Amino acid sequence: MFEPVLTSFVREPNSFTLDVSLRHGAYEGLRRALAMPPGQVIDIVKASGLRGRGGAGFPTGMKWGFVPKGSSKPTYVCCNADESEPGTFKDHVLMERNPHLVLEGCAIACYAIGAKVAYIYIRGEFHHVADVLESAIAEAHAGGYLGRQIFGSGFDCDIYVHRGAGAYEAGEESALLESLEGKRAQPRLRPPFPAVVGLYGCPTIVNNVETLANVPPILRQGAEWYAALGPEKNGGPKLFCISGHVTRPGVYEASMRTTLRELIYDYAGGIRDGRALKAVIPGGSSTPVLLPDTLDTEASFDGIAKAGSMLGSAALIVMDDSTCMVWAAENLMHFYAHESCGKCTPCREGADWMLKILQKIESGAGEMRDLDLLLSVANNIAGKTLCPFGDAAVAPVLSTLQHFRHEYEAHIREGRCPLHAPWRCGHA
Amino acid sequence: MTFHPTMPYDTGLHRSERRLPEQGEPFAYTPENRARLEEMARRYPPERRRSALLPALYLVQRQQGYVSAEAMEHVAGVIGVTPADVEDVVSFYTMFYSKPVGKYVLQVCRTLSCALNGAECVTKELANKLGIRPGETDPTGTFTLLEVECLGACDRAPVVMVNDHWHECLSREAAVRLVDDLLARGPEALSGCHLCVERR
Repeated sequence: MFEPVLTSFVREPNSFTLDVSLRHGAYEGLRRALAMPPGQVIDIVKASGLRGRGGAGFPTGMKWGFVPKGSSKPTYVCCNADESEPGTFKDHVLMERNPHLVLEGCAIACYAIGAKVAYIYIRGEFHHVADVLESAIAEAHAGGYLGRQIFGSGFDCDIYVHRGAGAYEAGEESALLESLEGKRAQPRLRPPFPAVVGLYGCPTIVNNVETLANVPPILRQGAEWYAALGPEKNGGPKLFCISGHVTRPGVYEASMRTTLRELIYDYAGGIRDGRALKAVIPGGSSTPVLLPDTLDTEASFDGIAKAGSMLGSAALIVMDDSTCMVWAAENLMHFYAHESCGKCTPCREGADWMLKILQKIESGAGEMRDLDLLLSVANNIAGKTLCPFGDAAVAPVLSTLQHFRHEYEAHIREGRCPLHAPWRCGHA
Repeated sequence: MTFHPTMPYDTGLHRSERRLPEQGEPFAYTPENRARLEEMARRYPPERRRSALLPALYLVQRQQGYVSAEAMEHVAGVIGVTPADVEDVVSFYTMFYSKPVGKYVLQVCRTLSCALNGAECVTKELANKLGIRPGETDPTGTFTLLEVECLGACDRAPVVMVNDHWHECLSREAAVRLVDDLLARGPEALSGCHLCVERR
């Protein structure tokens, strides 16, 4: 079994307090970082091979390196705690159970890129989690781990929590910055990238909560130790969120050497009620579905990519054989049609139309030509928007159409949804 | 690409309609809320006061339950933006209500992980119990029922957020019990999530 790094003591009572965290080595990584020049901190993070945990898997050290040196403007760190990808709840657990690890990661990132302020942009619905963070920040200030002259080093750092108000799009980094500036969460045209022109037009690094939480262990135990925890280029511990039709849904910390089969059957206890697996979404709702024959894939960025999907936010949504895939695609399309920020026409209009067509098919009124129409609309969204939302929105439909076209056709032929799932209401 | 020839085409299919906010009573922050707002605004550079707009709107909603057009005007003055800027933001974010809502806003997560665990049944059960459809408020103004998108607690599906309080792993029976409990005991019945229970 994998020795947890990020969640090693989260089951202890009051794991969110400074006292308990200090007993487990909190702020030791920050102490070490402050004893070296900022450039060396970036080099260590680069050497560790840490890749962003928000979804894209971009090397974190490289991102930090993009911040221009000696800029006359202030720089900022933004911790992306918007966590709104359906199926994802890992940052939720980190912030509520190990908030000091997140704060320490923010502080180290600030030191590395020369920032004095970090904002934690947390989704509005995480009211109670924001409270935990606020108390953790207050405790860290009182203990001298944040604020002025941390560890007598001349480094000042303040961290503020900023609550969003219910917008999936705010999880996209440039939209997050817009939202933080008090505007609608809509993406910006890039380049320039946030590392050069970000919050308030200043150089800004936006990192996911889990990404920043990986930084203190790297400084505590070294880049080599970290890289060796996983396969090549996929080092470190990874939090997997497993939900849907499994016996023990939850967040599990594991190496990226673990296979999807181990995650679903060993960690999460297998499919519920002795049913068979039908499909799994491996990395949050915007990643293409995988079939049971790919279960022996390594759950790493590169492994899942080879299997034809993406690790994304490592949110596995497991569906058993009672699940109608047209219904599942419709459910997710409803999400995307609702959450489209409205800036780019293909996504704003296209997502709505795709939802209408899916509703038509699922309700039994579909025609065979609707399938071509779905593909046609989808192909006019993907790649034609400012942010990756467009590609995300069409992925569930395209991948279910690819693997389960026969189910779509059965709906149209029979004029109804042929599957009767016991967990659906009044559905026959 | 052409639109589907047999598909009904009416303005209801578009999301371009502008829903005007309710005018509401004349609004001003209470001194405590105004002080709280200034405290929040200090988190941002002084020339970036607009960053405090979301916190400012949360305070309005805490004070009067929703964000009226009057309140938007007041907030615009306090933050230093135009009322249109404020309405722009209010109409974008789902957590701000521009019309009055019930005392308890029941928000059932409808996205995939919750739906796979019976969220549809929970919504239906609550709708039956309250005699309203999702999106509506009951005649007494006590309950509003909403279906919302992923709340980020998929391991404890289905999740229902009541005002700011999360209720997890809610079976349809438990959802009905919660409504009865709210009617009998009021806000005390809002237990919050597992963490809130632990911290209490």
